[in-house]
Amino acid sequence: MLDIIVKFLFSVIRVSTPLIFGALAACITKKAGLMNLAIESMMLASALAGVLVSGATQSLLLGMLAGFAAAIAITMIISYAAFVMKCDLYLTSIAMNTALVGGTVFVMFLATGQKANTAGSIASLSISSWNIPLIKEIPILGDILSGHNILTYVAFAMIFLVWFMLYKTKIGLRIRSVGENPNAAESVGISPRRIYFLSFGLSGFIAALGGMYMSMGYLSWFARDMMAGRGFISMSAMNIASGEPVSAALAALMFGSADALSNYMQMGKFPSELISMFPYVCTIVLLVLMSAVRTVKAAKQKQP
Amino acid sequence: MAEILRMENITKIYPNGFMANKDVNFVVNEGEIHALVGENGAGKTTLMKILFGMEDFQGGSMLLDGKPANISSPLDAIDKGIGMVHQHFMQVPSLTVAENVTLGIEPGKGLMFDKRIAARITQEISDKYQLKVNAGERIADLGVGLRQKVEILKALVRKCRILILDEPTAVLTPQETEELFVQLKALKKDGIAIIFISHKLEEVMELCDRVTVLRHGRTIGTDVIENLDPAKISRMMVGRDVILEIEKEPAQPKDIVLTVDDLKYRNAEDVMTVDGISFGIRSGEIVGIAGVEGNGQNEVAELVAGIIKPAGGTIEISGKSIKNKSIRKIREMGLAYISEDRMVYGCAANLPIRENIMADRIHSKKYRKFGLFTDTRKINREIDELIEAFEIACDDRSQPVRMLSGGNIQKVIVAREFSSGAHLILANQPTRGIDVGTTEMIRKTLVRKAREDGVATLLISSDLNEILEVSDRLLVMKDGQIVAHFQDASKVSTDLLGEYMLGVRRMTPEEMGDLV
Repeated sequence: MLDIIVKFLFSVIRVSTPLIFGALAACITKKAGLMNLAIESMMLASALAGVLVSGATQSLLLGMLAGFAAAIAITMIISYAAFVMKCDLYLTSIAMNTALVGGTVFVMFLATGQKANTAGSIASLSISSWNIPLIKEIPILGDILSGHNILTYVAFAMIFLVWFMLYKTKIGLRIRSVGENPNAAESVGISPRRIYFLSFGLSGFIAALGGMYMSMGYLSWFARDMMAGRGFISMSAMNIASGEPVSAALAALMFGSADALSNYMQMGKFPSELISMFPYVCTIVLLVLMSAVRTVKAAKQKQP
Repeated sequence: MAEILRMENITKIYPNGFMANKDVNFVVNEGEIHALVGENGAGKTTLMKILFGMEDFQGGSMLLDGKPANISSPLDAIDKGIGMVHQHFMQVPSLTVAENVTLGIEPGKGLMFDKRIAARITQEISDKYQLKVNAGERIADLGVGLRQKVEILKALVRKCRILILDEPTAVLTPQETEELFVQLKALKKDGIAIIFISHKLEEVMELCDRVTVLRHGRTIGTDVIENLDPAKISRMMVGRDVILEIEKEPAQPKDIVLTVDDLKYRNAEDVMTVDGISFGIRSGEIVGIAGVEGNGQNEVAELVAGIIKPAGGTIEISGKSIKNKSIRKIREMGLAYISEDRMVYGCAANLPIRENIMADRIHSKKYRKFGLFTDTRKINREIDELIEAFEIACDDRSQPVRMLSGGNIQKVIVAREFSSGAHLILANQPTRGIDVGTTEMIRKTLVRKAREDGVATLLISSDLNEILEVSDRLLVMKDGQIVAHFQDASKVSTDLLGEYMLGVRRMTPEEMGDLV
């Protein structure tokens, strides 16, 4: 029994990693006052770019750079369309998500002739796992915490980094001020548009880590639609935490637990369709609960 | 004292042809508090926007410290030592005072923001001028008075030498106002020039060293406070330029239509903006309410129209209370309303003229065919008649209202309100920002409706020509109360009216007599 629990907790961390990246990416633009609906497409693009370039060059560094470049390119296209050409940000983001679902398969087909995945046709590189010295010796805890992919540890470090960036640096102060009152920021010489570009760029960088984790860590190939809604689940994690990085990461872990649980339940007698619904039902239930709590709180504040 | 700012012959014409400033001269010295007074629409705000780089101008020149200066943007103005305290605070509520004050000029090494230095800089200046702001507090937790101090701090931290305050006391309690004045005098001692925009004469008399008066976009004059008194300033502020004569026979008031009794309204900031007013209007007469804007007239209009709910008192139309009635029910009781803001309440800008006029009557059985379909032919015929009768310049009835000029938009609204069969018309600033021709048409129609159809009319206007020409009886509002009542508006002089509007005089209840 203990063995199952340890394995379960290990897998919670494993499946939560991309959600943490996604949620942190969403937090940054949220603090600048905008929703990043295109995290899904950013992750997808970087997952594919990482696999293709690392396979072609046999260099992990170049592969990862390509992954970052792909996601940031998407953020810049969206930012240009929305903040310079004044297209609707959300429609542009949704269009980008839809385009990339097909677009990545198209590029994969051009490169490999396959439409399902790159396994076997591209010898892409992976980011290795890491056994943490000392910690891995601790019984139980060591089995849960040690031996994850390096990017998983990066994800946890990123929680702190994003928090630090938002709350301790000049740029973080500017991002938050633009998010809350762009007019006030503009009146003291801060250009909201530049802040939007910057926050989307940073958001793309972090989302790219999540994408590459999927194709170069969690799995070692790219598969069509391999994000399977993780970008959107990350956004709800961010939403529950109203953009606070630490709480958003906790919410991401919670969704990760639901996801891991559904993996385990598939081993039982439950119909798999019902189980794969589980994380999403969790999301809806949580969102409703959170907003109910907030409404009650707000009502209480009104009558002192 | 050295001259710090000179604005000479400033002329500003807006793209729509409205001349907001014409040859305005304005000179400010170091270490003085200079009042810029004038009625709403006199051009004070425009002049300050020009100074702060928010608007360009067509003629004239600006000198800072005797040297020609070109101020291209608010940032440029801040760089040149000009600070502005807007009526709407430019602040981020969830951040602290120190963070707000230093936003854009954040202290700290490299990328790091040093909260402690920010707090120290802020606190030092706050303490120096006894602004009593705590640098560590969140803006969201502060009251309006302190939030205003934060705006002043923002300007001071950026080393401003000219501080513009746009009606700073409008949002303050009397105690907060007292405190602000003490602090402003301390700033003045440090050589900072303060431009104080206001139309509250008692404050100007108490605080300021010199006064410049604007009226209809022109400078009427500048003088030191010792040579002035409230009556003099009010005569400079209030005056009539063009007189559109409207011929009308004496009113023959009959049955009482509108009764307002002890009406009270408390706004979102918890201020009594309408403070126990009572009056009545009879059929066939036009009652005007004059007053400096923001003294509760607009609230009275919205209360009678049912848009906002009173905190106390009653409103009756033809003897029936409007309490708990929907706006449609109130309109069915015989009310027509020309609202102050025609684009927000008056019309649906994207809809055609036809739909805008039909909006209040499309549910009527009159326009049904076989009880189910709308009678398009009948509707079109009536709309075309109204377009002709009210001389609405348009392509045809299906033209969206937003394509029309301001005057023609107002004509569409007036056509609807005057043709609804109402016996009580509420006209709130009916001719603001509208060309002379339309203005005359609207005024004449108001008079004709009263005389020929026996409509009771309540006219609220800050245009003195209008209020004196059109009204039969005249009420004056100040601070939410009725302070004067004239039985015959045509016998009132603008000087006298101005003194009541600005609070120099006030009638006793005996002098006012019966307000019905």
